[in-house]
Formats: sequence, C-alpha cells, structure tokens
Amino acid sequence: MIKFLLKGLIRDRTRSLFPTLIVLAGVALTVLLFNWMNGVKNNFIQVSAKFSTGHVKIMSRAYAEEADQIPNDLALSGMESLQRELRRDFTGLIWTPRIRFGGLLDIPDEHGETRAQGPVAGLAVDLFSTSSPERNILNIEKSIVRGRLPEKRGEILISDEFADKLDIQLGETATLISSTMYGSMATANFTVVGTIRFGISAMDRGAMLADISDIQYALDMQDTVGEMLGFFDDFLYYDDKAEKITAAFNTHYMKTDDEFSPMMITLRSQNGLGEYFDMVSSISSAGLSIFVMAMSIVLWNAGLMGNLRRYGEIGVRLAIGEDKGHIYRSMIAESLMVGCIGSILGTALGLAISYYLQVKGINISYLMKNASMMVSDVWRAQVTPTSYVIGFIPGLLATLLGTSISGIGIYKRQTSILMKELET
Amino acid sequence: MKRLFSAIIILAATVAIAQQPSGDLILKKVDDNFGSGNKIIVAEMIIHGRRGSRTIKSKSWIQGTEQSFTEFLAPAREKGTKMLKLGEQLWTYTPSTDRTIKISGHMLRQSLMGSDMSYEDKMEDPVLHNLYSAKVIGEEMFLERPCWVLELTAKRTDIVYYSRKIWVDTERYVPLKENRYAKSGKLLKTLEVKNIIRVQSRWVANRAVFKDVLKKGDGTEFVLESIEFNADIPSHIFSKAALRK
Repeated sequence: MIKFLLKGLIRDRTRSLFPTLIVLAGVALTVLLFNWMNGVKNNFIQVSAKFSTGHVKIMSRAYAEEADQIPNDLALSGMESLQRELRRDFTGLIWTPRIRFGGLLDIPDEHGETRAQGPVAGLAVDLFSTSSPERNILNIEKSIVRGRLPEKRGEILISDEFADKLDIQLGETATLISSTMYGSMATANFTVVGTIRFGISAMDRGAMLADISDIQYALDMQDTVGEMLGFFDDFLYYDDKAEKITAAFNTHYMKTDDEFSPMMITLRSQNGLGEYFDMVSSISSAGLSIFVMAMSIVLWNAGLMGNLRRYGEIGVRLAIGEDKGHIYRSMIAESLMVGCIGSILGTALGLAISYYLQVKGINISYLMKNASMMVSDVWRAQVTPTSYVIGFIPGLLATLLGTSISGIGIYKRQTSILMKELET
Repeated sequence: MKRLFSAIIILAATVAIAQQPSGDLILKKVDDNFGSGNKIIVAEMIIHGRRGSRTIKSKSWIQGTEQSFTEFLAPAREKGTKMLKLGEQLWTYTPSTDRTIKISGHMLRQSLMGSDMSYEDKMEDPVLHNLYSAKVIGEEMFLERPCWVLELTAKRTDIVYYSRKIWVDTERYVPLKENRYAKSGKLLKTLEVKNIIRVQSRWVANRAVFKDVLKKGDGTEFVLESIEFNADIPSHIFSKAALRK
C-alpha cells in the first residue's frame, strides 16, 4: 500500500511537489528559528555567566541589594576562608573570586600631567595562580590583540578600542583613579602590557583587566572581594542543581541580622535573566505554533486545490466501489509521506544553514555600540540533538491537519450523482 | 483706653521688627565671624560608615576664599595625600603614585575621603552672602541657644545647593544647624554643631556632624583640633609644586 502510494506521488509530481516544497520551506524555517533562538539564548547565558553572573554568585547581602551599582564598600570580607570552605563543601563547582570596579584611567605625559583620561569598567580576576580557571573562563589568551598577558604585579590589560581612543602604547604607565572600599579616592599606577577584545561591546568600550591582588591593594580591599563566582565543572548551567546548592549555602551562611553575611544567588535570579529565558522559550513556542498554523492553512488550501484537480480521480474511485474512509485514509497516508519527505529535506536544509550560522555567525556589533548588556557581538545559531527532530512536529502535523480538513470533502460526494458529475 | 492699648501693641511690634536684623545682615555677620582671612586648621574627620568608623586627620592652609592647601596626616594609607584648591580648580596628589591629578567633572561630586562631604562641598565659596540671599523665617532654640532661622536662596544657578535653612545663634552669629536642599526641595545634607569654642575673639564650632542624607551611615563628625586666624602663610604653598614636596 505504502509502495503504491509512494509510486503515485513520484509519478504524479503535481500531487506531491508543491506540498513537499511548502513543508520543506516551513520545516527549514522552523529548524533555523529554533537553532537561532537556541544560539542567542545560550550565547547570552554563557557570556553573562563568564563575565558577570557565574552559574551561582556569592555576595554580601548588602552588596546584592545594590549589585547593579557595584558597591565595593559593601563587599564580602573573609574571602580566603570562604573560598576554602566552598572548595571543601561544594565540590561540584569551580570557585573564583572577582572584583568589578569603575574608575578613570589617567595617562600621564612626560611631566606627569594628564595626557589622556577615560572611564574604565574594571574586572579583577586571579591571573597569576596556576590553579586559576579564569584564563579559560574568560578566554583571555585568545582575546589578546596586542602585547601579552600580565606576568607580574602592577601589569594590566586594557581594551583595544580604549587603547586606540586614548592612544595608549604598550609599556606606558596608566593611573587608575577609583574609590577604596571605604570611599576614599584610590589611585594606583599600572603598566599596560597588552590590549584585549572580548567581542562584547559592553566590555570592549573600556575594559581594564587586572590581577585581583593588585586591585585589592589599590582599593584597600584586603581579603575582601566583590563577588565569588561558581561554575559547574562542565561549564553548563543546570538551574535545578543551582537552586539546590543556593538553598543549602544560604541556610548555612546567610544571617538575616548581618548585612555583610554572604548570600548566594543563581544565574537565573540575576539581572532579570530568568524572565529573559522564559521570554525566549515563549517566543520559540509561539514561533513554532505560528508556523504550524500557517503551514496547515497553506496545506489545507493545497489539499483543496488538489482535491479539485483530483475530483475526477476520487469520483472514479468512489464509482468503482472504493470506500470513502479508505480514500480519506489513503490521502492522509499520502500527506504523511509528503510531510515526512518535506520534513527530512527541510530539516537537512535548516541544519545546513544553522551549521553555517553556528560557525560564521552574524556580526551585529553596529547595533551594540551603546549596549550595556553582556552579549556577544557575533550572534550564532546552535545545533542541538533536538534540532534534528523539531522540524518533524510542524512538518507532519501541518500536512496531517491540512489534508484532514480538505479531505472531508470526500464524504460530501454523493454516489448517486457521480455519473452525472463524471459526464460533465 | 482701647486706642492706648492698640498703640502699645503697634509700638511693641515696631520695636521687635526694628531689633531683628535682616536675613542678609545676619548672614554677613556670620561670614564676618568666621572671617575670610588666612587660617591654618588642624582637624579630624571621623567617618561613621556602614562598616564602622575611621578617623582621618588633616592640616589645611587657607588664604582668603580662593586658595587652600590640605595635607592628610593620618591614617597611614592617606598620609602624604595633598589637595590644592586654586580658584575654581582642584588638584590632588598621592605619594604612592607620585601623580598630581586634577579633580573635575563628575569626580567633584564624589565623596572626599569616604566622608559625607563631596569635593564640590570643599570647592564651594565659604562666604555665604556671596552665594545666597537670606530671609528670616523664625526664631527657635537650638543647643539651648536662641537662634534665628534663615532661609537662604541661591543667587546664581551654578551653586551646589539651591537653598539652605540655617539656625544662627542670635548673639554669637555661628550657624548651629543647617539643612541643604536641591532645587526640587529634596533634603540633601545636614549639619549639626555639637560644641562651640571661642578662638581669637571669634566663635567657632569645634565639633559638628555633617550628614549626606542620601547615604547610609551615621554621618561624618568634624573635630577641630586647632585653628589659627590671620596666620602667616607663605605664598609658595599654594602652588602645584608644593604638592610634590
């Protein structure tokens, strides 16, 4: 039966080509949209996690309340003992301390007077320890445009764009003007040994990357950090695990009567990321539903047109005694074959374009010039195992729905007037 | 009888009004008491922040209203940090970087050494009648002293606080309490004097608490260790070269 229907479809291209092309196009678009949304969402998660939120983050309660303002005056003290306890009690995560800070970078001329000055968004991480995960997390080596990594205290990296803007040469002294954790003005001299480009506009406008011990000294933050970030050791985010770890940590460490006691929050709870992820999921689902509906309508229409064209054929089949239900089922079987073939071809096409966008990506840096979001300038699609099957949902469902609706017409034919219809 | 009673009331009111000087005159007397001549001041700032308190000691040389030079003496981390004000310009020098940096733009709004005072506060002309017109809006007791309550309104638009309300001691012409407001009427900073001493025939507050009400914490306490009026100050001190010495 299947072989018979398949032969019919192949030999009568007018019966199969148009619906197959529609299914192919719809499935390809569905697969592409799914992979694109997936890529953008995961890009956002990864960039946010690596540069800002971690998979979980520990801060003081007071700092957490005003975290957007990077209030280092409310930073977390007792970093070393906390880090030891975290490594002992929460072994599934990689822990790394960070200080984010703002300030001005002032470049002196030969007389020590200000030659150039600009605002920097500073990030202090552990650059020197051999066990530090930061080089991998931030992909620092590959982000260096000129120069080298800091090798000793007092050396920093700055963003390449910022260095160009202020005409800062490698080896030049730069004075950081910021605030200590007690609110006094902090000034510290550094040597610029390299420039970096992370491919994130928010960072590349004016980033300064320094070793955490240098910044602790400069900002009078001995044994104190702004944030302690935790990453799952495979660097993938698991919300349920993160929630459990957070609950366990906060039960043990957080004290309601001490605003400087540590508290942990998950990636989802930071910067409205939870709402963002929910929104992306909703948009993906809505996109799929719209595709299914639109394709069903088109295929319904195609089915109607096909039925009109095949009006005579169906009439003859009814006239020679074929059961209406059998005709209806055979047409549905035909449509499922069309759907299956269209879905396979559409998935292949969608995956091919997705793989291309996964490797090459689309550079949207021109749209991100003033963006403050931690998101990569190059947006990429991401192919996952689900990408291989997601297109079959609209591909098969739409053809099934389209034919089911249009095929109802078969039951409206009356055998008593068949001969009259066939004569005309 | 009725006429006589009315006349007495009118006479009493006239005498009372005649005895109360105008707001601008009171403000001028406040400025005259503090003086705009040379001064050398040694003072401590006790900053009561959210993490606890810390004390910063400084010595300032002030010449008129335009020039001042401050050297921080303690704690060890701040020791040797210097600040120079020349007219509208402010520089700071830190020995650890051996850099002289001009404080300008938004940096002026930042806290001075973590206190409740900003660089803008430090830069402001201390002669109030140059900046504000004053109106007496009442009389109150404060620190068991009779005070005139003055409402000051900025004469120009480039003044940090659009309006102030100050409680001025009616005999000593020392402000004992002060509220500073934004143009919107929002209270920004407060000052409360805790003690007054007499130095070289002038009344001076030697302990006061300055509070940025937008900031958490218990304010910054200023403790005057010594003040010398009409001091002899060499002019070379008010130069950028002096910052590095």
